[in-house]
Amino acid sequence: MSLLVLQDVGKEFGAIRALSHVNLTIKPGEVVGLMGDNGAGKSTLVKIIAGNFPPSHGRILFEDREVHFTKPVDARSVGIEVVYQDLALADNLTAAANVFLGREMRRKVGPLSFLDHAAMNRRTAELFRELKSETRPDDVVRAMSGGQRQAVAIARTRLAKAKLILMDEPTAAISVRQVAEVLDLIRRLKDAGIAVILISHRMPDVFAVCERVIVMRRGTKVADKPIDQSSPEEVTALITGAKEAA
Amino acid sequence: MSEFSPATGTETNDFSNVGRTRWWRRGFFASQTAYVAAALIAIMIVMSFLSSAFLSSGNLANVAKNFSFVGIVTLGVTLVIVTGGIDLSVGSTMALSAITCAIVMQALSGTVFDGIPLAGMIVSLGAGLGVALLIGLANGFLIARVGLSPFVTTLGMLSIVRGLAYAVTEGRGQAPTGPDVDMFYNITDGNLAGIPVAVIYLLVLAAIMGVVLHHTAFGRHVFALGGNEKAAALTGIAVERVKVAVYVLSALSAGFAGILMVGWLGSAPANLATGYELTIIAAAVIGGANLNGGIGGPAGAVIGALLIEVIRNGLVLAGINAYWQIVLVGGIIILAVLVDRLRTLRMTS
Repeated sequence: MSLLVLQDVGKEFGAIRALSHVNLTIKPGEVVGLMGDNGAGKSTLVKIIAGNFPPSHGRILFEDREVHFTKPVDARSVGIEVVYQDLALADNLTAAANVFLGREMRRKVGPLSFLDHAAMNRRTAELFRELKSETRPDDVVRAMSGGQRQAVAIARTRLAKAKLILMDEPTAAISVRQVAEVLDLIRRLKDAGIAVILISHRMPDVFAVCERVIVMRRGTKVADKPIDQSSPEEVTALITGAKEAA
Repeated sequence: MSEFSPATGTETNDFSNVGRTRWWRRGFFASQTAYVAAALIAIMIVMSFLSSAFLSSGNLANVAKNFSFVGIVTLGVTLVIVTGGIDLSVGSTMALSAITCAIVMQALSGTVFDGIPLAGMIVSLGAGLGVALLIGLANGFLIARVGLSPFVTTLGMLSIVRGLAYAVTEGRGQAPTGPDVDMFYNITDGNLAGIPVAVIYLLVLAAIMGVVLHHTAFGRHVFALGGNEKAAALTGIAVERVKVAVYVLSALSAGFAGILMVGWLGSAPANLATGYELTIIAAAVIGGANLNGGIGGPAGAVIGALLIEVIRNGLVLAGINAYWQIVLVGGIIILAVLVDRLRTLRMTS
């Protein structure tokens, strides 16, 4: 079974063709690197999968059923979550509050409903334990390291029982130790059977955690091959256009 | 691949390598609110030595009442500030609500409403609060739905509402009249167990606000909006609805305080609460609300409002010219923000 299938997907913005004839398949639990230079069509592709806008043509199948996303909530409802580059966290709230933001656990007291702090902290601690992240549920996000913030953002997708997580440049602008932490988090997701599409400019990260690499150039897919049959040199050549396709 | 060894060597979460801030540097004790509370207590002790009149029951009742009006509105404005907005229209809203309440009560006296107990008063209170509700909805709609800047929108509303207050009264003060007027004075300016009712309203509202902010989903969303509005929207929070709600609550708190002031003054002049918006925002900021959003609470609002009133009262007792009070309040605002700035600098370094 395939988790996500894109068939002949394209996108035009007025006269500009951002994406043309993209076919790709993601299997459950697969970690795929998506690479390409700025303007290669990576973000357009990701936004189509995340439901930010529909493709101009082509079909999207999720778990073998055709889906039509027009807003992010549509994609989320089938199990596609996005971890944004700026992580979309509220700095002034605790880790648990961020994980449960917009879907807080509540306790009914008569006609009133109050937040169930204890239950949310407990569940968040469980999620962090699963991710093997040293992050406290009741710590405020402002005081956290880049790696811990990543853990909070990823814990949020775990809470939603995501099947496919799109990660947009998760290792940009964080320290070397934190990069290792984030790559570890990705491995945990794979262990839990969750597919990850890792959008990254950092070659070592892609080669460290991905099984497959997809390279985009000028709106088309120029390569899609297992990571052990490729090399950073080949991928660089594909990104820049020194090598046409592989 | 081998250069990326797993970061977490241990299998247990013992947090041995993640430091925890000491208790007195976390939570309430590390907040600006706590510092200002300490300053407030110190000032009150000093004043009780300097002036024998300060602790007299008459003076304390006066201080309590004065600060309650400002305090109640500060609660509402603090909600708006926590979301990262601002409400400059509260002073005008206090006046128009007060005037509407008094005029409706006048108009109803001598009609069939006289026959039904309390009907005249309830309708006029409803009218006063209804006007505030409309102002809040207008602010909320323009800011949340149309996307105008909170500062400009509520600045415009300040002028519109104040103008309306003058236009409907033609500048004359409106006194509440009718069969329920004694009851009206009781619930707005009476005492309960020797405590002015305004103080009780303030404390009850502050307690409710504390529970709502920290123990309900709405309160959490208010903080989330102030922390990162984009994130709040991405997680599916109804951002527009939360924003409209805080501007409505802010306007309602102003309308309520305005009506209480009618009871205190015995009349609703068109220039009621002119310039109060600055004192109110100052009280919120002194109490620890951050104008960038995301931080603030009812304790800070109450303490900030009380601090301003105590200092103002102290200057009166010391016989200092009233104009200097305005200068001093401005100085305190800057000092409070400065102390907070120095403290955060020290903590991050």
